[in-house]
Amino acid sequence: MLLDLADTYAEQNRKPNKTLSLLQGRTVINLFFESSTRTRTSFELAGKRLGADVINMSVSTSSIKKGETLIDTAMTLNAMHTDVLVVRHSDSGAVKLLSEKVNCAVMNAGDGSHEHPTQALLDALTIRRRRGRLQGLTVAICGDVLHSRVARSNILLLHTMGARVRVIGPPTLLPSAIDRFGVEVFHDMREGLKDCDIVMMLRLQTERMQGRFVPSVREYFHFFGLDREKLSYARDDALVMHPGPMNRGVEIDSELADDLDRSVIREQVEMGVAVRMACIDLLTRDLVESES
Amino acid sequence: MSKYRTAYINARLIDPASGLDAPGGLMAEDGKIAGVGAGLFAGGAPEGVEIVDCGGKVLAPGLVDMRVQLRDPGHEHMEDIGSAGLAAAAGGVTTMVCLPNTDPVIDNVAVLEFVARRAREVKLAKIHCYAALTRGMEGAELTEFGLLGEAGAVAFTDAETAIADAKTMQRALSYASTFGHIIVQHPEEPALGGDGSMNSGEIASRLGLSGLPPIAEVIMIERDLRLVEATGGRWHAAHVSTVAGVEAMRQAKARGLKVTCDTAPHYFALNEVAVGDYRTFAKVRPPLRGEDDRQAIVEGLRDGTIDAIASDHSPHDQDSKRLPFAQAAFGIIGLETLLPLTLELYHNKHLPLADALALITSKPADLLGLKAGRLAKGAQADLVLIDPDRPWKIDEAAFRSKSKNSPFDGRPVQGYALRTVVDGRAIFTHGIEG
Repeated sequence: MLLDLADTYAEQNRKPNKTLSLLQGRTVINLFFESSTRTRTSFELAGKRLGADVINMSVSTSSIKKGETLIDTAMTLNAMHTDVLVVRHSDSGAVKLLSEKVNCAVMNAGDGSHEHPTQALLDALTIRRRRGRLQGLTVAICGDVLHSRVARSNILLLHTMGARVRVIGPPTLLPSAIDRFGVEVFHDMREGLKDCDIVMMLRLQTERMQGRFVPSVREYFHFFGLDREKLSYARDDALVMHPGPMNRGVEIDSELADDLDRSVIREQVEMGVAVRMACIDLLTRDLVESES
Repeated sequence: MSKYRTAYINARLIDPASGLDAPGGLMAEDGKIAGVGAGLFAGGAPEGVEIVDCGGKVLAPGLVDMRVQLRDPGHEHMEDIGSAGLAAAAGGVTTMVCLPNTDPVIDNVAVLEFVARRAREVKLAKIHCYAALTRGMEGAELTEFGLLGEAGAVAFTDAETAIADAKTMQRALSYASTFGHIIVQHPEEPALGGDGSMNSGEIASRLGLSGLPPIAEVIMIERDLRLVEATGGRWHAAHVSTVAGVEAMRQAKARGLKVTCDTAPHYFALNEVAVGDYRTFAKVRPPLRGEDDRQAIVEGLRDGTIDAIASDHSPHDQDSKRLPFAQAAFGIIGLETLLPLTLELYHNKHLPLADALALITSKPADLLGLKAGRLAKGAQADLVLIDPDRPWKIDEAAFRSKSKNSPFDGRPVQGYALRTVVDGRAIFTHGIEG
């Protein structure tokens, strides 16, 4: 249902007049304790296109004692009769903690290495629009699964929707007990990509590449970076996805990333706004019910 | 001067050290046990003494909690010697052994004597201290083992911090053997733990939390066992929590090494599932482990590999715990739950009652060389009267401790301290607290 609704918003977003008045009078606050450009902009556009008042707040986590800032800031914003709080935080579970302290709707825009639900939803929408379904597809998630909230949310959602999930990466970048997630685990790209329908690449943070998790960028790209040769092991029509921002030449070949026949990376960004509109819409419908 | 005398009549006497488990009575006189046994009051209770009718309940030595963090001096808003004393009294604990991680650190005679003096003034449970093994618990320079030992330090440890450097541990074991002192290790290889916040494995991976791997424990235990063999020092592993850790201790004991270890109730009463949805009250170090580990701890307690149970009482205020999981402090309070959680071993038929009580009375006392944990003529009259079967529910609102960080809130348990006695004087009586 959420994906169906998002589909209608995707069409709406392609019209010249994109703004609705559905959420007129509602206040949405983007509360970001971790820097972000694309996710925050995506949520901001989603809120504005639904007619809500949107405010962006970036809170530096380094300057003040973090926890106090988290709960105190949330309570303060709650007291201003905010309807929806969109929260990103660098600690796993921080959004959950915050949601226990406020009575407005809270959306998780990414917490630590835990979850990033709207990213998984927009990925699912993108796949469904291209393939017509998720059921029965084989999806490979490649790279730094250990630190990735995107990977965790995608594994959960793709399983729920009936897709088969593989993860591919060096053991140092896979979480312990990953085999207990109901995924197939590979340490070799060519083996893992064989007959895949979807190839999802993950961002590798630069600070994790200099010897602590993998020895070097060069070595990483050689064995785990996606290029045409490795992609040739997947199905001929396999789609390439990336949650962004990309490290070109680290986890993905630059030319491949821009190849509109294979890469749906830009479409993912487009679907991001539509999915977030659908999420905010549905959440505020719940608010209306609880208010009446 | 008239003698202060109390006759405990109609009791079920349990003295784990001597194996006594029989109906009988006990006479306390001037703070000491003047007599104990089945036929003590056969001719009726003497006149002119205070009579405590035990109603057939268990009269046992007061509990000896061999690892408690007092937070006093330094963080008295979390706990102080008074509030810890009240919590101990309510939990049936008559002797606490406190860790040196106060502020300032107990790494010199002056701080040690400060704590001892405060304990004498407060006059609740008795307090003994560990002294820091290294100055400021910084892991480098040894403290004055000899002088601190003369001043009353019972053993040496850097509390929650592992002695990571092998050379420091080797020298500590070697030097401490001059005086026969015990070195207590927090067995965790820190390079493997790093910034982890819960047990490594599926749950940590799903929650997106970095893990504290079980293997960090056995690696440190096995390294230290080699150093013990090389130096002949006395060594004790605090809060063992893993299958491999228990097995390493079992084998070391079979080889004849003079090493000991303890565990805490949360390692046999809970597993990592208690972390649930980021419950910071279940954040502790070593972390709550898997179910296999929990069962191995129970087995280690059954077969005697694990010598004692300590509460590992670690008070933390709300500000330290109401945080995202990775930022929250490690630690669980335990003075008021040590008795009922240990009695779960009896109620779940893992151990006879006297053996369960031995783990929190005579065994930790003997391990540290304390004159405590016995019902014997001439011993100090440190006693606890226990109703071992009485069901109740742990309620954090009822804790005497200043901190409330217990993952056991709401847990139904059995067993209650009815009366806690130190040097013949009741410091707690259930239902009539002052």
